[in-house]
Amino acid sequence: MYPSGTTSRSLLEVRDLQVVYETRLGRVDAVSRVSFYIDRREFFGLGGESGCGKSTVAYSLVREVPAPGRIVGGKVLLDGRDILSLREEEVRKIRWKEISVIPQAAMNALNPIYTIGDQIAEVIMEHELSSKRDALARAEELLDLVGVGGHRLRSYPHELSGGQKQRAVIAMALALNPSLVVADEPTTALDVVVQAQILDLFKKMKMELGMSLMFISHDLATMFDLVDRIAIMYAGKIVEIGPAAKVADDPLHPYTELLVRSIPRIERNRRGKLEYIRGSPPNLLKPPSACRFHPRCPKRFKPCADREPLLIEVERGRWVACHLFA
Amino acid sequence: MLIKVKDLRKFFPVRRSLSDVLRGRPRKFIRAVNGLNFNIMENEVFCLAGESGCGKSTTGRLLVRLLEPTSGEVLFQGENIYEIPKEQFKDYRKKMQIIFQDPYESLNLRMTVYDLIEEPLSIHEIGSKEERFDMVYQALEDVGLEPPEDFMIRYPHQLSGGERQRVAIARALVLKPKFVVADEPVSMLDVSVRAGILKLMLDLKEKYGLTYFLITHDLSVAYHVCDRIAIMYAGKIVEIGPADSVILEPMHPYTKALVDALPKIGRRSEAPPRTTPIRGEVPSPIDLPSGCLFYPRCIDRFDLCEKEEPPLVEVSKDRYVACHLYK
Repeated sequence: MYPSGTTSRSLLEVRDLQVVYETRLGRVDAVSRVSFYIDRREFFGLGGESGCGKSTVAYSLVREVPAPGRIVGGKVLLDGRDILSLREEEVRKIRWKEISVIPQAAMNALNPIYTIGDQIAEVIMEHELSSKRDALARAEELLDLVGVGGHRLRSYPHELSGGQKQRAVIAMALALNPSLVVADEPTTALDVVVQAQILDLFKKMKMELGMSLMFISHDLATMFDLVDRIAIMYAGKIVEIGPAAKVADDPLHPYTELLVRSIPRIERNRRGKLEYIRGSPPNLLKPPSACRFHPRCPKRFKPCADREPLLIEVERGRWVACHLFA
Repeated sequence: MLIKVKDLRKFFPVRRSLSDVLRGRPRKFIRAVNGLNFNIMENEVFCLAGESGCGKSTTGRLLVRLLEPTSGEVLFQGENIYEIPKEQFKDYRKKMQIIFQDPYESLNLRMTVYDLIEEPLSIHEIGSKEERFDMVYQALEDVGLEPPEDFMIRYPHQLSGGERQRVAIARALVLKPKFVVADEPVSMLDVSVRAGILKLMLDLKEKYGLTYFLITHDLSVAYHVCDRIAIMYAGKIVEIGPADSVILEPMHPYTKALVDALPKIGRRSEAPPRTTPIRGEVPSPIDLPSGCLFYPRCIDRFDLCEKEEPPLVEVSKDRYVACHLYK
């Protein structure tokens, strides 16, 4: 059984997604049997430590996994249509128009020799039969919407601050009114003040445009500030999915619990109480057998090294892959 | 008191274009550090916090004399470090070390972990070859890279981000310094490993009697590890005090905005925006506003703020604020 929404059909359903990287040293199981769904107008978070496969999941949604990565199994259903079985021309129509992916550090990837207005207009013209003039007019509106200001249409990337560049990238992602925006670590390189402004911008976009968001980050505190539901990945697998507020208050999987406890919270009388996760995530060339977290798990017991725990629904809307809940 | 900073300034000249020169326009300066005064106590963790571009990294480099100031003094155990002749300063450098934000950029990727940690010892001609081996071995144990034999032969690309930062710490501490500047030591790392590095730094502080000057933009890091905190804005300090009281009861509107910007756990996508939003961005350090530097972004501003710059004054015990609201 796959985690799925209770209402009609979800906007996006990912089922048993499998991605491998063929490297010189062997085959890396970067994403193994990942399933989740995102509803319309929902903000969904995908969290976990560096290298857990969360960015690979994002790229898989629009079939842009960088080489030597390869999607080897599963389904990515957008409104019921499987993106993984479409022809390339059809996928091209989905990118930007239905799903926009903002890659990590995208703001540093803006082309330095074109104005931001031209770069946004180009995305529009590539997908819609619109004149340059109309595309620029739309770009101007978008820059107003995201708070850069339409008057910056003719600015070059170096003339903008980091926060403004990130807003411009978000404007570009919104250019064709997609139903899902996927943002990979959109706030990681930013200062707290600008980070808060970007989080507020996403909330404003939800109210005004009603799009869904998949927010990817290792920073759970930021995610808990923004998303409705959250999934936690470890070593290529999802270990827990649930409503963000519940996962923050009462994490079920021992890995989620450690991640939540490592958030440095500012609370009276908790100064200096810092926790962290010992050890490092496994090398996915030879992942641990059974539960991939068992070598680092403080609560492991007999079955953890023998059998792999399945992702099961333990209470309504809360899924966990751990023998403690079997 | 270990360090006393007196009226420290660092201005960088802005390159003039040919047309500026021909039109006789005056040379402009970036006022990166614009009159700092504070003390750092022995064995203290002193934190300097603020947004990108506020001058905090420049201050860190000035404190260990990687930069020469435009004016002002830094007294280290009573002696002005800028007056020490360059040739003699090498001995001082052993006592003051700096750890940078990005251990991938600050470590030479062609050197093994052993060579990286041994290098400062050989530069300062400390010990025989055998003694240096023991010192490197001890340093690796100190930073938790065990067993040291395994880590010595590795290259930086064979280490995780957290392990690389441990190497950077070992490299700084192998010289047995008294004072360490740590410039955003954990901001490039996953949240889940940050606390491990911070705890390690605090343990080593106790073990070797170190004093830290920690530079961070993340107030939650400052809250947990610092004794005192200074909030910097556009080259100046706007508030100083014990870290817990400054962060739990901020006084300066800028400090309040920084605290408010921290993510709130459990706020959801429908939640209304934050209560005290901060407008705009940090002013250009070339064309600073007159009066209070924060005035253009401040939600509590009034007439006086535009005209007169507020001095940093003690408003309650150990709490210093530069704001006209407190007088």
